Formats: sequence, C-alpha cells, structure tokens
Amino acid sequence: MAEVNQNGDHSPTAVVVRELRRRFGAQQVLDGVNLECPTGQITTIVGPSGCGKTVLLKHLNLLLRPDSGKIMIDGTDVTRLGARGLDTAREKFGMLFQAGALFDSMSVFDNVAFPLVEKTRMSRAEIRDHVLEVLEQVGLGGMELKFPSEMSGGMQKRAALARALVHRPKILMLDEPTTGLDPTRTHSIHELVRETQRKFDLTAVMVSHDVPQVFEFSDRVAYMHSGKIALIGSVPEVMAADNQNFQQFLAGRASGEVERPLSQVIATPGR
Amino acid sequence: MIERLGAAIIDRITRLGNFVIFLLTAVLYAVLPPYKPRLLIRQIRTIGAESFFLVGLIGLFTGMVLGLQGYNTLRRFGSEGALGTVVALVLVRELGPVLAALMITARAGSAMAAEIGAMQATEQVDALTVMAINPVQYLVSPRVLAGVISFPLLTSIFDVVGIWGGWAVGVGLMGAPNGPFFNGIAHNMSGHDIATGVLKALVFGLVVMWVCCYKGYYAARMATGVSRATTDAVVLSSVMILAWDYFMTSILL
Repeated sequence: MAEVNQNGDHSPTAVVVRELRRRFGAQQVLDGVNLECPTGQITTIVGPSGCGKTVLLKHLNLLLRPDSGKIMIDGTDVTRLGARGLDTAREKFGMLFQAGALFDSMSVFDNVAFPLVEKTRMSRAEIRDHVLEVLEQVGLGGMELKFPSEMSGGMQKRAALARALVHRPKILMLDEPTTGLDPTRTHSIHELVRETQRKFDLTAVMVSHDVPQVFEFSDRVAYMHSGKIALIGSVPEVMAADNQNFQQFLAGRASGEVERPLSQVIATPGR
Repeated sequence: MIERLGAAIIDRITRLGNFVIFLLTAVLYAVLPPYKPRLLIRQIRTIGAESFFLVGLIGLFTGMVLGLQGYNTLRRFGSEGALGTVVALVLVRELGPVLAALMITARAGSAMAAEIGAMQATEQVDALTVMAINPVQYLVSPRVLAGVISFPLLTSIFDVVGIWGGWAVGVGLMGAPNGPFFNGIAHNMSGHDIATGVLKALVFGLVVMWVCCYKGYYAARMATGVSRATTDAVVLSSVMILAWDYFMTSILL
C-alpha cells in the first residue's frame, strides 16, 4: 500500500465496490453500487438524505453485510470473510462516526488508548506516548484528562479522529464528520482531515452533506442517488458533469424524493 | 390476512430465536478468551456492591413485617415458638431470592438496559465492532457473569438481614420467646432449603442480566427507543422472575 503514486493516475485502488445490493424490508437501499476509492486519496460521497450513503459506508466498514455484490479492500473480497477474517480486515480501518461515538464513561486518554489497550501488546509507556502524540496532532494536546461530556462538539470530533488514527490504519472512513458544527469548526475539521490524510498517507472515504464546501478538501466525489452512484470522478469532472439531478442537488433544491431515515430502516433486531 | 398472521408468527419466532442465541453467545464468550477480569469486577461492583444497601434495607423491612404478621398469626394457634422457623424458611426459600432479584432489576437492570441502549443509539456499540472488539463479549458477557455471581450473594445478605429484622420485631417488640426463635431455625432449616434459595438466585441473576442486556442491545436507535427498552427490560425481567420462581418451586419442592 505504500506505493502511492503522487499524481494518483495509476495508483492501486484501496476500495472497490461492485454491484452492491442491500434491501431493508420493502426498500432497496443499495441498488447496485459501483465505486472505486484510489489509494492515498480522499473520496467523498455526497447525495440527498436517505439516498443510502450512510448504509453504503456501514457496508464498507463491515458493520452490515450486503445481499449481493463485492467489496474489495486491498484486493480481498471482505463480503466473504468469517469472523476472524473480518477482525483482521477491520484492523486496516479507522472510523470516525457521525456523533463521534466516544465512550462517555472514559476520559479522552482512555478513549484514544482503547484500541491499543484492547488489541495490541504495547506497554503502558508506549501507549501513553502514542496517544499523547496523536492527540497533539489533532490539536488536543493537554486535554487528555477531560471527559467527552466536558468538551465541545468540535473537540469531540477531534478526539474521535484521534481514536480512529491511533492504531495507524491505512483507510480512514468518515461518516458526516461535521454534523452539528458551525461553519468555522466545519472548515477546521475538513482541514484537519486533509492534513492527517496527507501526513499518514491515508486512503479516506467520507460521507458528507457539506456541499460544496467539502469539494475543496476532496480528490474525488461520488454522487449517490436512489441507491446508486450516479456520478463519480475528480472534483472538476464532477462539477462540470451534465447531470440534472446533481446540478439540482448542488443548487440546494429539494429533489422531492425524501426517503425514510436510516434509523427507521435498520432499527430491527437480527440484521 | 393469513399471510399477515403468518408473517407475525415468523417474526415472533425469529425474535425468540434471537433472544436465545443472544444468551448462548454471551455465555460462550464468557468462557472463551480473552478474559477481562477488570470488566467483570467493575460489573460486580455496579450490580453487586452498589445494590448492597438497597437489598439490605428491603431485606430488613421484609423480615420486620414477617415478624409482625407471623407473630400475630402464630399466636392464634399458640405456637409463637415457631416464629423463627416461619420467618427464615419464607425468606430463604421464597422471598429472599424473588424480592432481591426484583430490587436488583429495578436498580441495576434498568440502568444496564438504558446504558447499552444509549451506547447503541450513539453508535458506541458500532465503534466497538469497527475496532474489531466483539460487543457481546465486551458488554454483555461480563454483565451476565457478574449477575450470576452477585445475585446469590445479595440474596444471602437479604436473608440474613431479614431474619434479624424478624427477630427484632417478633422477639424484641412483640415478645415472642427468644430461645425457640433461633433453635427452630437450626432444627428445621435443611441444606436443601438453602440450596433451593441459592439456585433460584443463580437463575434469576442469569435471567435478569440476559433480559436487560438484550433489551438494551436491540433498542431502537433513538431516545424513545432507550426509554422503551428500559421499561420493557424491567417488566419482562419481573415477569420472568415470578414465572421461573413458580416453575422452580414446583420442581424443587
């Protein structure tokens, strides 16, 4: 994975999705998704609410299993893996959840240290060095003893990003990282994502609703509509594309097709 | 119509199957490595140690009322000397396990359902999964194990405090004879009685933690989902405690 091509043209593709389908009850949420996320780039998935972008991300990070289709991560089809294989595949990811998903019973330090404490055999001193270093990198130096409830939304996102990065993943997934933040903080989180992506040479897949601000920080954009990727390409390509739905979406006009929110679709047990 | 009925039945059976598989998974992960004694001890503290005062208090009042009622009833037959036996047997065989379990459900079980439900709603459970940590092993197994360890201990405390409460009211306040109170207990309480009470407490510990964790784990991912899960957890646990109590009593008697 280290062989990243700087111009991005011929670099290997970290994430490849082929004909991914998933149905919840009567609703076909993913209806044949095809997606490629090149190594060492930020691919941003945008689209109207309920178009299936969060469900797609939950398939990419292996929280949900598709009905059919393939997800190749680093050349391995992860849809066919057993429990142990899934665990190995998951160690390649870092995931930043919409609301941060920090453990509120733990301090920031313990939150960030958690993946190392649970999954590695590092000594306490090594873990401490690692955690403090990554907290410094996300701009939370000196905040390690705070609890999530004592921090602002933006700081929680930073802490969650630190937790996602602490085990040095190759792929970072971000689910609407700027939800609930004001424009200034949104900008600084985007900048931070860009900066860390460059610093750690990460492949990033981001779901975002901050259109068009997020384009400034993305290499590629995928526009999702009704369970499919309707449009994908580099930012200038996508912006210039003659896709009426996308242009409408950009202009902020409601497309009229508001689907059920995710929470209602997947609230049933035994998924 | 028939189709809908069939779908509803299949849905029920699927849920029941999920419910059972959930327990089996939790028990399996409790015996499989990696072991997390730290998590287990923390849960024993939450379920056990922090319920100590409440269980003792309820035990005391239960024993006191048994002493009062028992004395007044037994006096009609002139057998006040049997007060100790009555109080102790009722507590050890029946009221101790049941009331302690109901109190722990109200205190720790409801909190557990709410906590796991809120963790689901805020994607903390998903975060565990993404970090390759099995959430059932991390969240549920230590709680089930802690329940099985804590319930018999708390029940024992309930029984002992209750017997002292019955003694204080029956003998101290109402004037039942002191000697026969403890003599009766020593003569009439068998190992089988104690074993029955302990076994009941063990089973209740398993059932309560199973129900409360399950309800929290499958809570709908919103605020109302968490409150609903908490209510369901307490109601279903209470019903299952009383139902199991009847079946176990009829088998073990």
